[in-house]
Amino acid sequence: MRLQAEKLAVRRGARIVIDGLSFEAVAGEALLLTGPNGAGKTTLLRAVAGFLTPEAGQIRLQGGDNDREVGEQAHYVGHANGIKSNLTTAENLAFWCAYLGGGSDNRVRRERVELALERLRLLSLEDIPAAYLSAGQKRRLGLGRLLVADRPLWLLDEPTVSLDAASVKLLAGIVHEHLQGGGIVLAATHIPLGLEHARELRLGVMRQSA
Amino acid sequence: MSPFLTLLKRDITLALREGGAIGTALGFYLIVIAMLPLGLGPDLNLLSRIAPGLLWIALLLSALLSLGRMFETDFEDGSLELLAIGGTPLELVAAAKALAHWLTTGIPLALLAPVLGILLNLDISAYGVLIATMLAGTPAISFLGAIGAALTLRARRGGLLLALLILPLYVPSLIYGISAISGALLATNAFWPSFLILSALSLGALVLGPIAAAAALRIQMQ
Repeated sequence: MRLQAEKLAVRRGARIVIDGLSFEAVAGEALLLTGPNGAGKTTLLRAVAGFLTPEAGQIRLQGGDNDREVGEQAHYVGHANGIKSNLTTAENLAFWCAYLGGGSDNRVRRERVELALERLRLLSLEDIPAAYLSAGQKRRLGLGRLLVADRPLWLLDEPTVSLDAASVKLLAGIVHEHLQGGGIVLAATHIPLGLEHARELRLGVMRQSA
Repeated sequence: MSPFLTLLKRDITLALREGGAIGTALGFYLIVIAMLPLGLGPDLNLLSRIAPGLLWIALLLSALLSLGRMFETDFEDGSLELLAIGGTPLELVAAAKALAHWLTTGIPLALLAPVLGILLNLDISAYGVLIATMLAGTPAISFLGAIGAALTLRARRGGLLLALLILPLYVPSLIYGISAISGALLATNAFWPSFLILSALSLGALVLGPIAAAAALRIQMQ
């Protein structure tokens, strides 16, 4: 499997944030997006997820499911966690597991949710409404989506925000496992996740000449 | 369970657990109808004659109250984006959310209407017809409303704008709903044609609403 972007150009308002960017990531490889604030890291991730339509160029996932958009084969972890405060911790994760097709039947899904909660050290909080979780716990719950449904491409936008050191290590382990299984990770992060097969994709602030 | 049903179940659970939206709509409906006899005076014949129209208009306004929240909470907490790339077409996502709105707002309002009819001295023979027209007409409120809710998603104070955009679209449903009721009350044969057109309007909204709402949502998520 191979994620390819060719001569990508993405516009945000009047400004072209990404211009003529080409890159490639193969199975088992992590691509770390770096660059100063405003360099277009989030923009690039959102373009790959399909929320933004590129001005030019294209994004392909070779060896993926051709009937589906690239975004539909990806997990997107953005600034918001996608958590409902009126659902309990377990209900939140169970919803995403069922919605994203993370298991064939209820029993399989329940086991997956249970395992994910245990791994994220949230099992003791499973019956508590998500409204009462701390910022770091909410973040971990948001990352739980990665574990309850299988998707080859992971798009992580600052996944370590509000995580403590132990949780960052936990996340690194999860990402590492995904790469071992032949997944692809595109991550915008300032904290090195300690990955072996990580390449850096440096985005600069592009100036648009008139 | 399919993603559509999963989402529908989650939205209904959330609506029941939060309770605010349903309670506000029902409470608003009750207060508006309770105030009308005070404003119009105790002329029972007059009240009885205009009761179906008043009940219908107040129902439209009550349903409008909770429409703005249809996509807003999901947009704010990031769920909407995840729903969009979940592999389910955005049209189905919009349909599930509109259906949840109808089940948790449209049906309770329609069932409350005959109770409020007592306050307006509604003719006893009109109760059945009233519920029937409202159950057939309220899907259009939720599914057309989804378009407005999607369009005003990022607008500040979008609620008023939503009302301006969407209320005109409710006019056909209102006209045929009322004409079905008066057809039945006056024992003319106007009931069935009006009722069928009313149902057709709802079915049309059922199909077109989610498509338009999904197109609007795609722009809002850019």
